[in-house]
Amino acid sequence: MGDRTEQLNDDQLRKLLEQIVQRYGFDFRNYAPASMRRRVLAILQQEKLDNLPDLQARVLADPSAFQRFVHGISVSVTSMFRDPTFYLAFRRNVMPLLATYPFIRIWNAGCSTGEEVYSMAILLHEEGLYERSRIYATDLDALSVERARQGIFPLGRMKEYSANYLNAGGKDSLSHYYTADRENALFRQYLMKNIVFAQHNLVCDSSFNEFHVVLCRNVMIYFNNTLREHVLSLLHDSLTTFGILCLGAKESLRFSGIESCYVQLIETEKIYRRMI
Amino acid sequence: MNPLRVIVVGASMGGLNALETILSGLTAEFPLPIAIVQHRSKSPRDMLAVLLQDHTSLTVREAEDKDPLKPAHVYLAPADYHLLLEPGQCTLSLEPPVNYARPSIDVLFESAAESYGEGVMAVVLTGNSADGARGAARVKAMGGIVLVQDPHHSESSKMPMAAIASSKIDYILKLEEIASIMIDSCRLREGNKNGER
Repeated sequence: MGDRTEQLNDDQLRKLLEQIVQRYGFDFRNYAPASMRRRVLAILQQEKLDNLPDLQARVLADPSAFQRFVHGISVSVTSMFRDPTFYLAFRRNVMPLLATYPFIRIWNAGCSTGEEVYSMAILLHEEGLYERSRIYATDLDALSVERARQGIFPLGRMKEYSANYLNAGGKDSLSHYYTADRENALFRQYLMKNIVFAQHNLVCDSSFNEFHVVLCRNVMIYFNNTLREHVLSLLHDSLTTFGILCLGAKESLRFSGIESCYVQLIETEKIYRRMI
Repeated sequence: MNPLRVIVVGASMGGLNALETILSGLTAEFPLPIAIVQHRSKSPRDMLAVLLQDHTSLTVREAEDKDPLKPAHVYLAPADYHLLLEPGQCTLSLEPPVNYARPSIDVLFESAAESYGEGVMAVVLTGNSADGARGAARVKAMGGIVLVQDPHHSESSKMPMAAIASSKIDYILKLEEIASIMIDSCRLREGNKNGER
């Protein structure tokens, strides 16, 4: 065996996660076990180890191995204008609401490598709201936040992103927003100037501001029900009354404690408005 | 033996027709939830759930994260997400494609095996891929039941063949026989449980 179908020893996994809480203060114990197991198996492969006690020894002894562990646990698969219909709906239905505010604060919680942050920046720019907006983009994974801060994405993805952008109601050409070299697209400085990138841990850090929009898309799918509930109430506490909460296309507020405080703004998209 | 608790199904090329045949053979009294990965395009607006609903009295829905699993409900893996099962509920993931597929059949089957052990029946249908073979082996290793569409009667035989090669599977069946074996297996395992008491 030794391949990734091998079952992880649950006790060893629990022990690893407990040791990580004690050593580093990062708590993965309430992540959804099914996807967690897959991520840990993938990390074992990347680290070229075949058992959890060896992984535990390495992660506890070496902070850079721990950073790789965090990066491996955080699924950083994302793209610009992911779900174009979401961005189109946001443009049509949320932007007019935001236009009524003198200053707009947006929190992108779980921003990964930043593709969706720059998507939102472009949207705000095209709707003439960027100058009075500030986007706070946070992620648990320091490596991803650093990548996001650079605003550099592989040129090979731009064709797909460009199609997404147009389907999201893009008013220009995506290529106007970046300069390209042979391999990379570097997004323009004026899109970055009102974005604040920071490391933030939804599991143990608290709310740090009050926002008009909170985006937390495809983040809580990796959490169990307890942690999801905890994070939803954290997001709730971070929203102004009549603020907008955006979740991933296959997430919802069903069965959550905050469900009754929200209305779904658009039937087909997971865009919610806080009413009380 | 413990009773069956969930059925997981994997299908690829030719799968729509195969799924319609199976689901049309089950009634609203069917005692288990059914989770399905049908390989599909990234586009989220296709009609898979609607098409399948037309052929069955089970309730078909595209799974959302944390959906509770209910009897006589069919949970389809959404386009461009992996579907995994936890005890009692669905969960989704955006981890990279497995066997070039997202959703991947192996991901569904392996998670079902981890969460439900011998309470799983896995069904591998037509497809031009090896996805599902590893997951079927995992289901077998954990004491579950594996049922494979007869490759000679499959629109595309590669996926059933790969599953058959991967482990000692329980049944090789023509499409028309699958629904009744599902129903019988539920009764049989249920009967065993009662017999033990």
